[in-house]
Amino acid sequence: MKHIPVLIASLVGFLMVFAYFVPPLLSWRQTAEEWFTIVATIAMLLGGANLCVHHLQKISDHEAGWGFSAVTLAAFVITVGVGLFKLGVVPESAKHLDHAWSGQFQQEGGGFWWIYQYLFSPVVSTMFALLAFYVASAAFRAFRAKNLEAMLLLVTALIVLIGQTKDREITSLFLPTPADGSLPWMPIADLTEFIRKTFVTAGQRAIMIGVALGVVATSLRILLGQDRSYLGGDE
Amino acid sequence: MSTTLLDRLNSLDRRWIFLAMAFAVALPILLEIGSDETPSLPTKRLFDRIEELPAGSRILMAVDYDPNSAAELTPMSLAFTRHCCLRRHKVYFVTLWGTALPMIDMTIKEVVQAEFGSGERPFVYGEDYVNLGYLPGETVAINQLSSDIRKARSQDVQGTSLDSLPMMKDVVSARDMQLIINASGGFPGAKEWVQYASTPHKIPLAAGCTGVQSTQMFPYYPDQLVGLVTGIRGANEYESMLGAKYPQYAVMSKRPASRRGGPQRWAHRLMIGLIVLGNGIHLANRYRRGTP
Repeated sequence: MKHIPVLIASLVGFLMVFAYFVPPLLSWRQTAEEWFTIVATIAMLLGGANLCVHHLQKISDHEAGWGFSAVTLAAFVITVGVGLFKLGVVPESAKHLDHAWSGQFQQEGGGFWWIYQYLFSPVVSTMFALLAFYVASAAFRAFRAKNLEAMLLLVTALIVLIGQTKDREITSLFLPTPADGSLPWMPIADLTEFIRKTFVTAGQRAIMIGVALGVVATSLRILLGQDRSYLGGDE
Repeated sequence: MSTTLLDRLNSLDRRWIFLAMAFAVALPILLEIGSDETPSLPTKRLFDRIEELPAGSRILMAVDYDPNSAAELTPMSLAFTRHCCLRRHKVYFVTLWGTALPMIDMTIKEVVQAEFGSGERPFVYGEDYVNLGYLPGETVAINQLSSDIRKARSQDVQGTSLDSLPMMKDVVSARDMQLIINASGGFPGAKEWVQYASTPHKIPLAAGCTGVQSTQMFPYYPDQLVGLVTGIRGANEYESMLGAKYPQYAVMSKRPASRRGGPQRWAHRLMIGLIVLGNGIHLANRYRRGTP
């Protein structure tokens, strides 16, 4: 039975590859993409069910931190419920005034909008904003020139950091302004640009090409049925 | 540096650093200290591209971020939309992120409806702008958009058939767009738009991304990306150019990124100061221990 999913994955995978080079296969590829969307939606339902089972199990067993599981489950059930039942949503179109559920689930003033605006948005923004404090603390305590490599990193980081701020223009204060009215030479800004264009972009390209080759090799193994780890279990 | 001071700095409670960062950010916000930015070439190229496109050009505005990165990406998203509206381009909003729908709603409400929804030639929904909403499927959704939009979704976000919207009549796929602008907060984002839309179908693409993402995106500029706006600094550069070209947008109240430039500048200064101080302490400690 385990050959069937491998066969489906191989066929669809090769179809997606060949359709790119053989235009008559485009409609087949589009059909495969529609199926993907349907399967992905079912997978999302399975994911939701799995989340509930996992956390219910933790609550039932009174595992360490089971209270967090209760909060997760409550947040999940309330958000899904408010969105599905469109709580607080009013009909928008004059044609559908008699249909209470005709408005959009994320309508402004509705329950789902309220959760997004006053719970989700502030919570995730706060988590992200906390980074500034921890990065500042880490910069003070850990970012030290303990050896040559660390010193190189430190100097580069300082140049780039100054180059990213308006203060980079201070470095050109005592330099003559070009007669044609163009921007004066800014040593730090130019150095930042040089680091970005030369070292950073070259390094990134090397990583990207390496990753791409790895993806091609792994994809080929999956398409040929050599790699079955995506099936889970011992495969 | 006296020994006592060095000992104190060695055992400095990190809450003092947190407090200093809070002041560095809060004071410029409270005192409304903004900052202009000199445009960089990647930002200028996007600005010029939107300027050069003839009025009525179709622009796909892919809003792929959520509140995590809204502080950096919302100002540029607003500036891109504002610029497109000023140039009377047709704007097609879409997102690959389920949590980004309110971001599109907010952009439409704050820019399209509030600033261009009235007057002599108001922007009309379905004629000048449309909200295609959330497309599930990540990279597959980009593929569908690039081959046939109606395969990705046949209705707009309000449930109106795409065929009944005047601005969708001659649009089959993303290949009919003159430009795709992507405000990218992660995956799927600008990189995926490059790989699945721009490069295979030769659709001009420009991106706005967070500062952290910029190193991953610069390898695609200037070949696969016609322009690249990075972080709050990039958004500030874009707003500065918009203000210079259209004086009604030169006021700080309409430039959220420029207003954030002040706090960012002071936070950066504090970071630089902390790094220098930290290394000064490190050197002093080595000198005291007698280590070379």
